[in-house]
Amino acid sequence: MAERKMQVEVLRYDPDRDTEPRYQTYEVGCDPDWVVLDALTKIKDEIDDSLSFRWSCHMAVCGSCGMTVNGEPVLSCKTFIRDFPDKIKVEPLDNFPIERDLVVVMDDFIEKFEAVKPYIIPKEPRSIEQGTYLQTPAQLKAYKQYSMCINCLCCYAACPQVALNDDFIGPAALALAHRYNLDTRDVGRSAREDVVAAHEGVWECSFVGACSQVCPKDVDPAAAIQQSKIASTTDYFTSFITGGSK
Amino acid sequence: MEIINTDIAIVGAGGAGLRAAIAVAQADPSLNVALISKVYPMRSHTCAAEGGAAGVAGANDSMEYHFNDTVSGADWLADQDAVEFFIEEAPKELTLIEHWGCPWSRTKDGKVAVRPFGGMKMERTWYAADKSGFHILHTLFQTSLQFPSIRRYDEFFSTDLIVQDGVCQGVTAMEIRTGEMKLFKAKSVIICTGGAGRIYPFTTNGAIKTGDGMAMAYKAGIPLKDMEFVQYHPTGLPGTGILLTEGCRGEGGYMINKDGYRYLQDYGLGPAKPEPVKKAMELGPRDRLSQAFWHEMQKGRVVETRYGEAVLLDMRHLGEKLINERLPFVRDLAKSYMGVDVVDEPCPVRPVVHYMMGGIHTDINTATSIKGVYAVGECACVTINGANRLGSNSLTELLVFGKKAGHEAIGYIQGGTAPRDEADAEKQGEAAEARVKGILNRTDGKESVSVIRRELNDIMEYGCGIYRDANLLTEACNKIAELRDRFKDVQIKDKSAVFNTALTQALELEAMIEVSQSVAQSGLARTESRGAHQRLDYPARDDAKFLCHSMAHYNPNAEPRIDYLDVVITKSQPQERLYGAAGEAMAKKAEQEKQEKQPVAAAE
Repeated sequence: MAERKMQVEVLRYDPDRDTEPRYQTYEVGCDPDWVVLDALTKIKDEIDDSLSFRWSCHMAVCGSCGMTVNGEPVLSCKTFIRDFPDKIKVEPLDNFPIERDLVVVMDDFIEKFEAVKPYIIPKEPRSIEQGTYLQTPAQLKAYKQYSMCINCLCCYAACPQVALNDDFIGPAALALAHRYNLDTRDVGRSAREDVVAAHEGVWECSFVGACSQVCPKDVDPAAAIQQSKIASTTDYFTSFITGGSK
Repeated sequence: MEIINTDIAIVGAGGAGLRAAIAVAQADPSLNVALISKVYPMRSHTCAAEGGAAGVAGANDSMEYHFNDTVSGADWLADQDAVEFFIEEAPKELTLIEHWGCPWSRTKDGKVAVRPFGGMKMERTWYAADKSGFHILHTLFQTSLQFPSIRRYDEFFSTDLIVQDGVCQGVTAMEIRTGEMKLFKAKSVIICTGGAGRIYPFTTNGAIKTGDGMAMAYKAGIPLKDMEFVQYHPTGLPGTGILLTEGCRGEGGYMINKDGYRYLQDYGLGPAKPEPVKKAMELGPRDRLSQAFWHEMQKGRVVETRYGEAVLLDMRHLGEKLINERLPFVRDLAKSYMGVDVVDEPCPVRPVVHYMMGGIHTDINTATSIKGVYAVGECACVTINGANRLGSNSLTELLVFGKKAGHEAIGYIQGGTAPRDEADAEKQGEAAEARVKGILNRTDGKESVSVIRRELNDIMEYGCGIYRDANLLTEACNKIAELRDRFKDVQIKDKSAVFNTALTQALELEAMIEVSQSVAQSGLARTESRGAHQRLDYPARDDAKFLCHSMAHYNPNAEPRIDYLDVVITKSQPQERLYGAAGEAMAKKAEQEKQEKQPVAAAE
């Protein structure tokens, strides 16, 4: 198959030497079956070794290569050049500080991710001798979708509330909290409630649903957040009926 | 240079590194753990494992069966004491990560489901649909967040072990964000850096799998063991090398050639039955399946694709419902990257470099020849995998030996460590920094990273492929020696201190060259065929001469010295390695003999 010439316009920024981001356009011959990431690695190998971006698995599971292609947050390893005209624009994900070129600073996300206590908080310790918990396929299905997040950050880049409020916990972390809350092995919902039900938690979401639209793994964080809102509201009213916090 | 004091430094935060870190944090929260990784933990390549993790689960299964499968699968090159420890611990570890939230697939009654896998006599592969490694990794990472004694250093590139008189003193690592070198002073270092599939051009391995940890240990004087054994997975997508899990065949998929014929029956794996038969046909071991492809290619019975010859993985008869339930990722990958919906069409596949059986030499306790340095997972060679790893043993290996290494490191520290010569440790740190800065600042070099890497990739595939011979391996050895020399003249254009991936790629290439040399030289020296190491000029297994591990010892100025270490054999004497009907007949005979012996033993 004939090589396809692509014009790839990339945002460049090196804090070591640039005062502000700039754009640079590369012309690169591509296999028509390639993904955007393939074009970037060819540029790095053959034209400009200073072009910086993260990547590893090339199969949409490690979550490293989230970036903005023609305005959309995507995994560049699963974004095919066949779906684009001969010129594409590649930028780092929105709503994150740029570390360098297409590499964004993830510190803030990691803090939020850790804050939701994303691990099983069991009712009581369980020994190996007690064996595995029983969990029916239906119980598994209730949370499975929310366990599929690869932390690619595309949802943070798409979310209008993340753009407005730095403190908003954000879609992926809230979906993850919900994943554990729904797990039959977990009783940690009240421990997560401080973060999830806080002003910066689920209530900050205005349900635009952009997160779910861009999610490359169909995690549907918007649904998780709406379900969490209902659960938090129920808790709130239950506390009046039972006369105390749970 | 900034100095970071810690008790245990763990290099690599994939499945093995995270499991080791949690083991330390749970057993002794007073010990500080520095978890150092060149990528964020969830980017580690454990995430790409699909099929599952092996551990005896059903009442019909037994430790003895898992032991026998693993040892014969390894073509008797596994250390049997290590295998025995491994299989005993396996179900406990898989249960433990179930407690930690791993979303294992379930049976109707809520128990953990298991599936058949290649070379395994029973269903014992625990799976989370076809994203088992992904879920194990994320479960471990998320679980690790509750332990304050684990301090992460994400995106730090480790470069050198700091060693004094054979005793571990720490490790140096470059903070990728700033380009600054840090000296981690640690009593113990656990290396968990994964494999080196990237030394080959066509691999399932992610970009990060460049053998850095293997090379770091090797250069510090720890031998690399059994490096000639490189696993080709039989079912990779042509072009990209993306893996379609062995679970496709575990669930009943067929391998067919261009005539629609299930060719594996011609290679000692038959007879072909419509339903999956364990340890036969498509459920044979990976080395045999990949070798069968090579023979089909010689016979011209393969299909042509844009990306070279292929055979076909036919899953149409499994039906859409089963595929969506158990293999949804496979369907998505084949559709996206190959344009094939496996529900309707057979998918072209070909063998692809997947796993290094060899690695950093350790004893059964994950200890290396440097006191305080341990190694676990694909970077290590303990060895349960011998000459050919069975699919789904490696995810379990990360857990079993990750925990072991954590506990061994604690024991070592509690036993008291020698006082450190602080000045010398810092001097070694400065030398490591100078070496890295040397590459960064070089302006008169004529070689480029990408050119050398391409030539290295090409010669590895050409000279160290599924079948090798003395000529091919010698060519590879010579070329690698040339590339090793040319690397000294490598220059990168990017001079920035911030997130300089040209620099990290140069460091990775340096490691890849060292690892490649150990693969080619060990392969040249092993004049027999065993498991994944197949010599056209020495087609038979030679137990008299080679029932032993190859040990490659680093030499800065020449090729490595190779010597050998005996395999540990406890209860399984080497026999002919048979699968299919022949294998079943042999197993039946052994079972009969055992039963005949038993009444006598009882009478005594």
